[in-house]
Amino acid sequence: MIRSILSSGYAKVREINERFRTPAIEMSGGVKLALFMLRLYLICLIGLSLYKFVSMLG
Amino acid sequence: MNIFTRSYYTYRRALKALRLFLLAAGPGIIVMVADNDAGGITTYTVTGAKYGFHLLWFLVLLGPMAYYVQEMTVRLGAVTKRGHAEAIFSSFGLFWGWFSLLDLVLTDWLTMITEFIGMTAAMSIFHVPIALTVLFVWIIMGAMILSGRYWTWEKIALLFVVLNLIYIPAAFMVHPSIKDIAFNSLVPHLPPGGFTNDLFFLLMANIGTTIAPWMLFFQQSSVVDKGLHEKDIVFGKLDTALGSVFTVVVAMVLIIVTGMLLHGMRVESAAEAAIRVMPVSRTIGVLLAVGLFDAGLLGAICISLASSWAFGEIFGWAHSLNNKVKEAPWFYAYYFFTLILAGAVVMIPRAPLVLITLFVQVIATTLLPAALVFLILLLNDKKTMGDRVNTLWQNVINIGIVAVIIVVSTMYGVSTAFPNVFK
Repeated sequence: MIRSILSSGYAKVREINERFRTPAIEMSGGVKLALFMLRLYLICLIGLSLYKFVSMLG
Repeated sequence: MNIFTRSYYTYRRALKALRLFLLAAGPGIIVMVADNDAGGITTYTVTGAKYGFHLLWFLVLLGPMAYYVQEMTVRLGAVTKRGHAEAIFSSFGLFWGWFSLLDLVLTDWLTMITEFIGMTAAMSIFHVPIALTVLFVWIIMGAMILSGRYWTWEKIALLFVVLNLIYIPAAFMVHPSIKDIAFNSLVPHLPPGGFTNDLFFLLMANIGTTIAPWMLFFQQSSVVDKGLHEKDIVFGKLDTALGSVFTVVVAMVLIIVTGMLLHGMRVESAAEAAIRVMPVSRTIGVLLAVGLFDAGLLGAICISLASSWAFGEIFGWAHSLNNKVKEAPWFYAYYFFTLILAGAVVMIPRAPLVLITLFVQVIATTLLPAALVFLILLLNDKKTMGDRVNTLWQNVINIGIVAVIIVVSTMYGVSTAFPNVFK
């Protein structure tokens, strides 16, 4: 039963990935820059969070 | 046409507009009042106890801020007929889609736990055991959605919105000086002591509680589920504006009450504020406790739905409150799953609830900027919005607000995780 739930879940995720494969928004320079800045922001924030967790564990 | 005929037709037109507004109203008022959730109520009581009326002017500024951000979700939902999660997946692709969905799920679940913490703390003032409060909340929230009608759910939610205004009589009971509030507190100024770290942290906390990621997802999905069309946008905006007035009034009233009764005392939470007020006025203490419970409940109601709608949109499940349980089993199963799981965590003895409250802010900080940036980009995409794209002035205001929110909420999140970083 667990196997069938997992396999149907996996198939659903594949279907979602197929459905949304191509971003619909027009990728202008402004959009690309905004998404790039967002990635940088998230990398910094996740780095800080990881540092916090490691220091808490220590 | 004589004056009587003209007056009659004006009256008929106004009546029709009011009727249409009442039909379209709901999502904006609910999301804005639910914004004053258990965490928000705690922030306001701490602010009032620490600074009295000195920051009332600052809260007035937060109303328009919340309105401008949420208004964009009304337009986006009414034009695209898609929820925020689906809009992100569809427009920005898989990476940002999965990131937003999974972050939303985690943030919402953790925030739900904080709502349960607030509700159980409020009811414990009346000596109600934690398990009984949790069970009561499960039953209310379950019963609300099982009717299989969006309208029923909305009407019950609006009842809890009205209950959230319970703080207003409390403000009249403490007899504040209206002159002092109108002429001194509403004029921008710094509190005595000037700009300190504590003041900075509280200002950040107040902005941080004004816009939460779940609010964007909730209102857009709610607009879609309610079936608002482009022609209803004007009413949706009015609904959101009215909600932002309510949210500011409730926040101001709480600051007035705690500023009058607890000014100068160190208060850590809304429940503690209610307990401390009890010896001074039992009635006001009871109002504060009941209000806190209602705030947590309203927050939990909206947050759990925000996640369920988002999952339904992406996984292609039937995901409307107009569906019966049999028609949308996964939507309702997910709703109950998060509801039961969040309540169960609060019942675990020695659960790390303080740590969870801290994590909520940190994780929300990772999602909020992304959701806001996506919102601005989508509202500027002609292909998505057609004639409803942001105008130049809307962009100037909205980008300014979003930039402020991102900077301040990031600083708030970082200072929550690293308390000494800005000292």
